[in-house]
Amino acid sequence: MEKEEKPKGIIVGPLIKLASLPKEGWAGWIVLVGIIIVLSMVIITIIGPFISPYDPNAFHTGPLFAPPSSEHLFGTNHLGQDMLSRVLCGGTTMLQVALLSVTICFIIGVPIGLFSSYIGGNLDKVISLVMDSIYAFPGLVLAIAIAVMLGKGAVNMALSIAVIYIPSYFRIVRSQVLTIKEMAYVEAAKAIGARNRTILARYILPNVIPSIVTVATINFADAILTAAGLTFLGWGVEVDIPDWGWDLYYGRQYISKAWWIIFFPGLMIILLALGFTFIGEGLSELLNPRLREGK
Amino acid sequence: MTLRTYVITRILLTIPMVLLLLTLVFVVVRVLPGDPVLLHFEKRADPEVIEEFRHRLGLDKPLWEQYVDYLWGLLHLDFGKSMQDFSPVSVQIFSAFPATLELAIFSMLVAVGIGTLLGVESARSYNTPKDHTIRIFGIVSYAIPVFFLGIVMQIVFGIVLRWLPTGGRTYPGMEPVGAYIKLPFEFFGIKEIHLATGLYTIDSIFEGNPMKFIQALRYLCLPSITLGLVLSGVFIRLTRNNMLETLRMDFVTAAKARGLKERVIIYSYALKNSFLPILTMMGLQFATLLSGAVLTETTFSWPGLGRYIFTRIGFRDYTAIQGAVAFFAIMVAIVSLIVDILYAYLDPRIRL
Repeated sequence: MEKEEKPKGIIVGPLIKLASLPKEGWAGWIVLVGIIIVLSMVIITIIGPFISPYDPNAFHTGPLFAPPSSEHLFGTNHLGQDMLSRVLCGGTTMLQVALLSVTICFIIGVPIGLFSSYIGGNLDKVISLVMDSIYAFPGLVLAIAIAVMLGKGAVNMALSIAVIYIPSYFRIVRSQVLTIKEMAYVEAAKAIGARNRTILARYILPNVIPSIVTVATINFADAILTAAGLTFLGWGVEVDIPDWGWDLYYGRQYISKAWWIIFFPGLMIILLALGFTFIGEGLSELLNPRLREGK
Repeated sequence: MTLRTYVITRILLTIPMVLLLLTLVFVVVRVLPGDPVLLHFEKRADPEVIEEFRHRLGLDKPLWEQYVDYLWGLLHLDFGKSMQDFSPVSVQIFSAFPATLELAIFSMLVAVGIGTLLGVESARSYNTPKDHTIRIFGIVSYAIPVFFLGIVMQIVFGIVLRWLPTGGRTYPGMEPVGAYIKLPFEFFGIKEIHLATGLYTIDSIFEGNPMKFIQALRYLCLPSITLGLVLSGVFIRLTRNNMLETLRMDFVTAAKARGLKERVIIYSYALKNSFLPILTMMGLQFATLLSGAVLTETTFSWPGLGRYIFTRIGFRDYTAIQGAVAFFAIMVAIVSLIVDILYAYLDPRIRL
């Protein structure tokens, strides 16, 4: 294994560093594979509408429940819709929901974590207690409760997923800040009279970012899985946009005679979640040298 | 601190946690925008009907009064009334809970079993293709939606191979009833005790009926393996990292020097060191397990709490959902209490 220890470079200089990832060993490969998977899924979703052979919403493009063939590569569903077209176009909702919820988590979780742990005292205790109780809750169950109250829709779904993952950001930021704020350079900044805002933004935040990025990638995977779960329970975004989650939800009734209706959309969800998990797992190992030493 | 003081302190600390979790549920269902009654009727009912409905469910009172009622009710194990038929939610929760508990226990066993075995193997063959394969398996298991894995299992083992049943808790008519134990003497007018847990595997043992036991196990197989596999990734990683550190320790080197077999060193020396972290992780994963159970139960028509929530979502029965979610909150708090006490019992350092 390479003895190089330059983890932060991987996040800062994205494209140039991508090629050098495999040099970092196993973890580097995992990150690279993850990035490739995620990028290709995003590209498929963007160009999907232009390359799909049929209109993904058009009924009776062929016989109902047609098995995969040269005409319908992934078969057709109970409405005679072409599954290949639906798979190519079906990632939009899930990606939007995941992106939106991660952004919300980031915007809310990181500042709260920064201020709460930097200020400390009773406020920090109360916020930590609230965050811990959300964290302890079965995520999907809480998301269901929030989602059914807010009603259907992509934004509401993103919000309900965001609520359950904000504590992850809060906790990681908080634990990091607690160590960093005792560091000599923070003490020094305080001594020369730097304002709290400056210390937080210039000295503490940059050191926290690598861990946040790791949490965010894992969060992406979780958000996708939770969104898929909510849709599977019948609480998805009910619109005319093709969605992998909905295909699973409807296709479930026909599994004994048409496995292809759920198989291909399911595979796409797995790939997307897997891509993000690969990145997250790899990054956390690259950033945590203790795990890399091995025997 | 003695174990007893620790246990008492820990129990006292659980009270604010439960209170906080229950408040969270209340905030989500009652305070967030969205009126449960309007949502229930999908905004298509006479105002009078809605008013009467509110009144019957106590939703016309001020918020703080509802909050007090809600907590007061929970203290008496009253989880509110269903919006659908005004029946008490607690009856349904308590009848569905054993199914979820049984699924949870067996899934946890599968997850820990697979996780430790593969984790140990992975650490033993550090940085070889075998290690990489196991680690990728661990990551993949994490990224698979549990319901999708469940459906694939149903297709493969239920529909194609026809080995295992794909839904329900046991063969219809094979539900174990537990044991009736006759007391040797009359005790306050009670002549016999009905011994039943609601867990089919255990009740069939009480009953002494091996056929029912086998049936219950057969029906448990697919759901618990599905959920167990999805959870196993965390345990693989945990065991692997722990073993990598332990195998570097002096006592392992000493044991090797004394000529002990590798299998003995790993399974009876090193693995013992991983036991406490695994126990902690079991507690932490319990919440994830419950989330997974909701989806697994829905996939396998397993009549537990998760399926209860699922059907109630279909009826737009918000009070029932609130009750069930509150029950989940209490469960989580109790399990974390049990794990902490176990931990303190096994590792005296924690009580210092």
